[in-house]
Amino acid sequence: MMVATEFTPVSALLGGAMIGLSALLLLAGSGRIAGISGIVGNMLTARGADLSWRMAFTIGLLGGAAAWLYLTPPGTLELNLQAGLPLMLLAGFVVGVGTRLGRGCTSGHGVCGIGRVSPRSITATMVFMLTAGITVYVTRHLIGGGA
Amino acid sequence: MNIVVALIAGLLFGLGLAVSQMMDPAKVLNFLDVAGAWDPSLMLVMGGAVAVTMPGFYVILKQPHPLFSPRFFLPYVGHIDPALLGGAALFGIGWGLAGLCPGPALAGLVSGNGDIVGFVLMMLLGYRITGYLEERRAARATL
Repeated sequence: MMVATEFTPVSALLGGAMIGLSALLLLAGSGRIAGISGIVGNMLTARGADLSWRMAFTIGLLGGAAAWLYLTPPGTLELNLQAGLPLMLLAGFVVGVGTRLGRGCTSGHGVCGIGRVSPRSITATMVFMLTAGITVYVTRHLIGGGA
Repeated sequence: MNIVVALIAGLLFGLGLAVSQMMDPAKVLNFLDVAGAWDPSLMLVMGGAVAVTMPGFYVILKQPHPLFSPRFFLPYVGHIDPALLGGAALFGIGWGLAGLCPGPALAGLVSGNGDIVGFVLMMLLGYRITGYLEERRAARATL
């Protein structure tokens, strides 16, 4: 199931800069932080204007991803799932609990929080990078037998 | 106007995730797998994003208020507490299990893959249950 990928520095920097620009636009225009877990997770309880901007952001995100996925030549973007359904469900639940408890994910803490030089976000990013790395080491090299 | 801002920001965000291939769980896991065939791309995605947000946020947050909103809605930056550490640790474990964090998981819905739909539904469930338990605990603490 393990799929090798190539280092793609140009598209990585370009895509990263677009994510950064998105965060700038949202903060400069609406004063909001572009943290996906919060934007989407709090959509369930938001009402009125607070709900509509979250929905607009989500629709935009889906549209942007769909445009690239379906308008570029096949193979430009592949989604190689690396876990079966039971593990996907477990992982999704753990990500939901963790991002609520820790108040953010890769975008809120990693991109926006570090951009604000927030000690909380810098700490959170180091912690989730570390536990993610350990998890991959355990599942791929200790349990999975490497490859 | 805030809806237009959010729509364009979302569009840019989704395009960024797609262009950088962060929607591909294999690419994310190969970044996290430093002991395997390491793919450093994710580091440059975050680096590219922070290179924009750090100077940009510095300038924006010096303004009295955002363009179309009376104030900035900002989370706390201080106080590192057990919830932050435990939550971040848990999030990392889930991220490492599937190679999906909330942004790419959401963007991946457009592929129509049922497993990704399952991931996102469970993510929302986990988020909401935790939020509910936090609210109940806070309500009890103020009694």
